[in-house]
Amino acid sequence: MNSLLLIIVPLVGAALAACWPNDRTRPWFLPAVGGVHLGLTFWLFFDPPVVPAEAWLGFDPLARAVLPAVSLLFLVCAAYGVAYLRIRSERPNRVFVTMLLAILGLLSAGHQSRHLGLLWITTEAVTLAAVPLLHFNNTPRAFEATWKYLLVGGTGIALSLLGSFCLGYASLHGKGEGDLTFAALTAQGTGLSHPWVVTAWVLLLVGYGTKMGLAPMHTWKPDAYGEAPGMVGAVLAGGVTTVAFTALLRVRAVVASAGGGPMADRTLLVIGLFSMLVAALFLLGTRDFKRMLAYSSVEHMGILCVGAALGAAGVAAALFHVWSNALTKGSLFLSAGNIRRASGSPLMDDVRGMAVLTPRSASLFVAGMFAVTACPPFGPFFSELQVVRAALGAGHGLATAMFLICLLLAFFGLTRVVFGIVDGRPRPTVRANSRKFVETAGVVVPSVVLLGLSLWLGLFTPGIVRDAWQAAVAQLYPTP
Amino acid sequence: MSGTLNLLIGLAMGLNLIALGSSRLPSLIRAMSLQGVLLGMMPLLMEHERLDWRVILVALATMAGKGVVIPTLLRRAMRAANIEREIQPFIGFVPSLLLGAGGTIAAVALARGLPLLPEHVGTLLVPGSLAAILTGFILLIGRAKAISQVCGYLILENGIYLFGLLLIHSTPLLVESGILLDVTVGVFIIGIIVDRIQRAFDSLDTRKLTTLRE
Repeated sequence: MNSLLLIIVPLVGAALAACWPNDRTRPWFLPAVGGVHLGLTFWLFFDPPVVPAEAWLGFDPLARAVLPAVSLLFLVCAAYGVAYLRIRSERPNRVFVTMLLAILGLLSAGHQSRHLGLLWITTEAVTLAAVPLLHFNNTPRAFEATWKYLLVGGTGIALSLLGSFCLGYASLHGKGEGDLTFAALTAQGTGLSHPWVVTAWVLLLVGYGTKMGLAPMHTWKPDAYGEAPGMVGAVLAGGVTTVAFTALLRVRAVVASAGGGPMADRTLLVIGLFSMLVAALFLLGTRDFKRMLAYSSVEHMGILCVGAALGAAGVAAALFHVWSNALTKGSLFLSAGNIRRASGSPLMDDVRGMAVLTPRSASLFVAGMFAVTACPPFGPFFSELQVVRAALGAGHGLATAMFLICLLLAFFGLTRVVFGIVDGRPRPTVRANSRKFVETAGVVVPSVVLLGLSLWLGLFTPGIVRDAWQAAVAQLYPTP
Repeated sequence: MSGTLNLLIGLAMGLNLIALGSSRLPSLIRAMSLQGVLLGMMPLLMEHERLDWRVILVALATMAGKGVVIPTLLRRAMRAANIEREIQPFIGFVPSLLLGAGGTIAAVALARGLPLLPEHVGTLLVPGSLAAILTGFILLIGRAKAISQVCGYLILENGIYLFGLLLIHSTPLLVESGILLDVTVGVFIIGIIVDRIQRAFDSLDTRKLTTLRE
């Protein structure tokens, strides 16, 4: 019942926010609902319910290992949203607040989906609910980004529907019932028709990979993250992408039970490393610091895929990385949003000297950059270290070398852009623009909190969180 | 039964080619919506022995959604933007037709290679679905106008729907209606964005959407 509340509470909140008459007080719905959601999530986290195998929805170990991070990220972003929407009081926020809350509810449903069809419906609904958030700024550039997001994302999600049907047909063809719950599909195991399982895996990898933003299906990401408000980027990069990742983990478990495990792992490893490489190369070239964050997100999705390809130890590391990436990237998106607002431009050709104009956001941006490029002692360092150890343990020497080279290239790319906009003397136009932006506690503290959480996760990873990751691994890799 | 079904799928495959060859938007939208109606009739035909109200409901909703609601939305967007003709597509009309015809033959050949259940061997469901998916991709890539691309996306969806008919006995109604709802809402949102692009750029030519790049 409580697991249903995780979905119902945000959706009811969204409906109330849609009816709320006052634009000034409406944003308070965000932290209120986010707080209730976080409380419920942690209640379920500490006291996990028993999920019946045939249930379509449930707070199962995999949901338990990921959803708390999403809920935490959402609450902090929601707190930022109150301050942000006060600054942007010239724009109506009814649709913005409603859709953000709807996304929280749909994300909770997506993470808890144990049925392939239901998973697809929620992922598609999240994709559509994010559309009004992307063009919140109402500029031609924002509409261009939204159009590309809709076409690329829509095609990807359509292919994942085809993949879901193929998996259903694999079950029918293998004399099964065509039951699309993950439990039933895994139970059928080698009974699934092999050619159809392979077809389904390719289509689902491309489909959900598009949603995650894996290269070469990542093209919507720089546009969308570049034009959307910073807090939307944080929720998309830390929350929406993880639904697609858990979807891939669940599908991989089905494919592995049908005897396609090695094939699935090979494709995940290749697409993961390719995403990291593409992202690293674009990071070396981009001059826009918000698009930079998008490429960094592509890189981290690649890291998740590499982790997922490395067996049980790798999946545990990938789940760790889901947490550290969500929190760190969230902090980076929020501070980048402040700098973007103060400077009036996202290009490093126009923007420099932000250390003088917005000292707090600039120092957070630099600290967040070091955290996200895996400098110790932040969370990403430890999670990526675990991925490397899993890779070496599985005997992937060459892949490890490539992994580390991509991380190094990404580090060069990120430092180039970040120090380019932080250092130097500000231009007069930017200086004039930044007078309108005041670094209040409301826009700075959320970023500090997320960075602090990332640090805490790296230094003192709580035992119960580790246990949750291990329980999820046990769900995905059942010991016969 | 299988004969009538194959006739409908064959008609739908012919509509793919009409969609590829039409240079005017209204005829493209008409081909797409007619295909949607044909698709909506298929579950009734396949299930005619054990027809219950749920199958009828889904079929009616599909026909209304794909045949009436979505085309009306697109026509409204088209009239607002005051465009009728697709001028200079990325892939010309004759090359698209040739690609589509070649793709249809390839789809039939490919479907022979896939293992099917005995009751599906004689039907054109799989080749029809592959051909529509391919047509959708050609339109998505090869057309410059936003509305033509949306039609391409919908034909792609039609192809996936055809494939989904293979699972008609096992997919629960809830899932089917959820999918239909998502697609309809998706097109509704696309319609809004098309309208905004028209206002922001004063055109629906996606070749003008080139500000964002590296």
